[in-house]
Amino acid sequence: MTGKGERPRVLVVDDYPDAREMYAEYLRFAGFDVIEAGNGLEALQRASDSQPDIILMDLSLPVMDGWEATRRLKAGKATADIPVVALTGHALAGFSDGAKKAGCDAFVTKPCLPEDIVKEIHRVLDIASKKGRRSGKYAKTSR
Amino acid sequence: MPPLVAVAGVQRPRAAKANGSAAPHVAIQVGEEGGTLASRLRLLEGFVARTELTDCGNYALQWLGEALRVAQSICLVKPRGAEALYAVASHGFPGSAIARFSVPLEDWDNPLIPAFSHHKHAFFPGTHSAADRKRRPLTPFEDAAFHAIPVGPALPDETVGLLLVGGAGTLPPGTQWFTSVFGQKLDQILRQQAVLEGESRQGRERSLLYSIINAVTDPILLTDTEGRLLIANTRALGLFTASEEESEGRRSAVRMNNMLLSSALSSKAIEEIGATRRELLLVNPADGSDLLFELLSTVTEDPRHGTGVVSILRNVTDLRRASEEIEENYRRLRLAESQARAESDRLNLIIDSVADPIVVADASGATSLMNEPAERLFTVPQRASAIEQRWVQANDAHFSSFIAGMLVSADQRRAGEIGLVDPKTGEPMPVEAIAGKILSDHGELTAVVTILHDRREALEKARLYEQLKQASDELERRIQAATADIAQQNELLRRQAIELEQASNLKSQFLANMSHEFRTPLNAMLGYTSMLLQGVGGSPSAAMKRQLSRIESNGRHLLTIINEILDISRIEAGRMPLQISRFRVADLVAEVQAELEPIILRTRLAVKVDVPRDLPALASDRQKVKQILLNLLSNAFKFTHEGTVTISARRLQNDRKIALTVADSGIGIAQADQEKIFEDFRQLDNSPTRAYSGTGLGLSICRRLADMLDGRITVESQLGLGSTFTLELPMTRRK
Repeated sequence: MTGKGERPRVLVVDDYPDAREMYAEYLRFAGFDVIEAGNGLEALQRASDSQPDIILMDLSLPVMDGWEATRRLKAGKATADIPVVALTGHALAGFSDGAKKAGCDAFVTKPCLPEDIVKEIHRVLDIASKKGRRSGKYAKTSR
Repeated sequence: MPPLVAVAGVQRPRAAKANGSAAPHVAIQVGEEGGTLASRLRLLEGFVARTELTDCGNYALQWLGEALRVAQSICLVKPRGAEALYAVASHGFPGSAIARFSVPLEDWDNPLIPAFSHHKHAFFPGTHSAADRKRRPLTPFEDAAFHAIPVGPALPDETVGLLLVGGAGTLPPGTQWFTSVFGQKLDQILRQQAVLEGESRQGRERSLLYSIINAVTDPILLTDTEGRLLIANTRALGLFTASEEESEGRRSAVRMNNMLLSSALSSKAIEEIGATRRELLLVNPADGSDLLFELLSTVTEDPRHGTGVVSILRNVTDLRRASEEIEENYRRLRLAESQARAESDRLNLIIDSVADPIVVADASGATSLMNEPAERLFTVPQRASAIEQRWVQANDAHFSSFIAGMLVSADQRRAGEIGLVDPKTGEPMPVEAIAGKILSDHGELTAVVTILHDRREALEKARLYEQLKQASDELERRIQAATADIAQQNELLRRQAIELEQASNLKSQFLANMSHEFRTPLNAMLGYTSMLLQGVGGSPSAAMKRQLSRIESNGRHLLTIINEILDISRIEAGRMPLQISRFRVADLVAEVQAELEPIILRTRLAVKVDVPRDLPALASDRQKVKQILLNLLSNAFKFTHEGTVTISARRLQNDRKIALTVADSGIGIAQADQEKIFEDFRQLDNSPTRAYSGTGLGLSICRRLADMLDGRITVESQLGLGSTFTLELPMTRRK
């Protein structure tokens, strides 16, 4: 269990282990503290337990899907301020709209190369820090 | 004829008379020679005062008795014009004895008649036997003797009567004087009577003549030769005379009439002698109207009064009028007759011109008139064959029975069908007969008019109509069957369409799902390759890097194919939403240029951008315009080895459109292939070893996207000289 330190903590939620671990490995390589969850419910627990700086959320999940999980995160007092970057392989119309309605801060379509994910995470964290949220934590990792 | 007076006197002795002795012994005594002078004067004086025959006779016989002692005497007179001797006076007899005593002149057996006629004094002695009586006349003297003495003014020529004097002896003296005086007196009286009678008869005759003339309604007048009026009846007086008191108009009319008459008569008198007829127009003095007369004039020659003209005017005004009326009536009659004839001719013409047979029958049912079509049916033509004659006779019989039925029925009109035969061909010829009775003003049947109408045509039409109807029904049935068939087919098609749509949706869903399922592993593969290349797990060797790069580029190609298939399926499934926004073309071009910067840098191509600053902003789907532009540019870079790629934009003249053009100096496209490049999975070089990468879906997607944006993509190219792709877009894409 990685405590909170200088490195920003990313919660990667994906039910497809290869993808989830690929992102997790690369994010760690890129300097992030990474925790993982395999479904929406798990993601809620991890988010409230570990208080990540940002959540990378696949929308098609078992048990509880990404939209529902995002809604609950945004509804929870402790997790409401955590930015959520939605990640989906469905490029069909309606997915991004639904994600934004659920409270997602950004939306990335799979396939997405790890380095592109990193860029997006940086971008969203940058916006969040400019708004004054969790500025201390993210300031060190921003380029 | 000289007057004849017969005076008879009978002398009778006074004694005999006094003592009533029947002895005929008579003694005549004459005092003087035939009476005294004084007594003779007395007789003559008595004659002067007496003018009446009986009175004078009685007086004379009484004198005879007193003066000459003649006891019994009778006076017989033949009045002028009479044919008998009548007793007018007597003496010595009772009045009744001579009242009916008369002797007809024709009675020559009576001895008195020769005495009268031959003027001979006759003596009849007293009778003593029946034989004696036969020889003497029957007189009031009976058997006593008496003398019959003719009397007259100038004996023996002028005898006016007989004087019968009783007595057997000779006549007393003075008798001759008496008979002479008495005869003259009697003659005088008779003459006077004759004159008086003649005068009164003449007056009566004249008045009778006048009343006759006046009773004639035609004017009659006698004029002298100068036309002066001598005698006129009242009708003529009304025309030709007027008194001073009468009106000026009437007087002038009368003057005019006189003038007209005298001129007519004078000219006539000059022209000829005798009765003539001519017309004379006069004026009616009563009202001034014209009166037309026929003038009938006769010249009368009278030696005592000279020559005169008797004219009778016959009023022919009414005759003329009547004649004119008759003429007028005749003319009208002629006119009416000619009109009736014209009417009849016209009627005949009309009847003959009617194509349907018309037959007029009289009240007995006999045919009185028929038109030509009817004649063909009911009259035997000349040189007709026996069979034709039979047909016509059969027709006639059928028609006659129809008419007979009509005559006995009370119907005013009757319609029926008669089965006739066409006399030419012998074909059955059903006709419809419509008959109507024609009644006189008194309601008597005068004629029956029948019109026949050939029903064959109607029946033929009905038959054809029935056939047509059957055919039509058949057709309708077939159409209905076909329609039902089509409806069934349509329903089938509709279901197939639904199924197809469902299939299409399924296909799109499948493709969407497939691409998702493809991308998840591809995502991992590309991710790890990228990590390997970046040396996440330790730096790879040069050979490994080259091999990893091959994996990566193939992975990316696969990903592009998947994405493009996904795009097409989204567009076709209508699940590609439009997001219209306003943006500047220059900005978009700059953005695209920036994104392609790595590729541009790898080529040695010059890129020119020509977008006017004042180009209006576009209202369209920015993402899709960008996608099209990226595609066109990447193609341009791909197929151009050297030279220039130019991106330009301009506003199309006279149109609210903007054209974006990507022109290269690349390999170009043959004319024949320029349309093929927009087809799905189409690369002109389709061989496995083709020189150019790409999915072959890019231009196909571009065209679909341009359609969605109400725009279009066109290409101009020449092989070896380069290609120019133009995207035309409406300035504002309607939502």
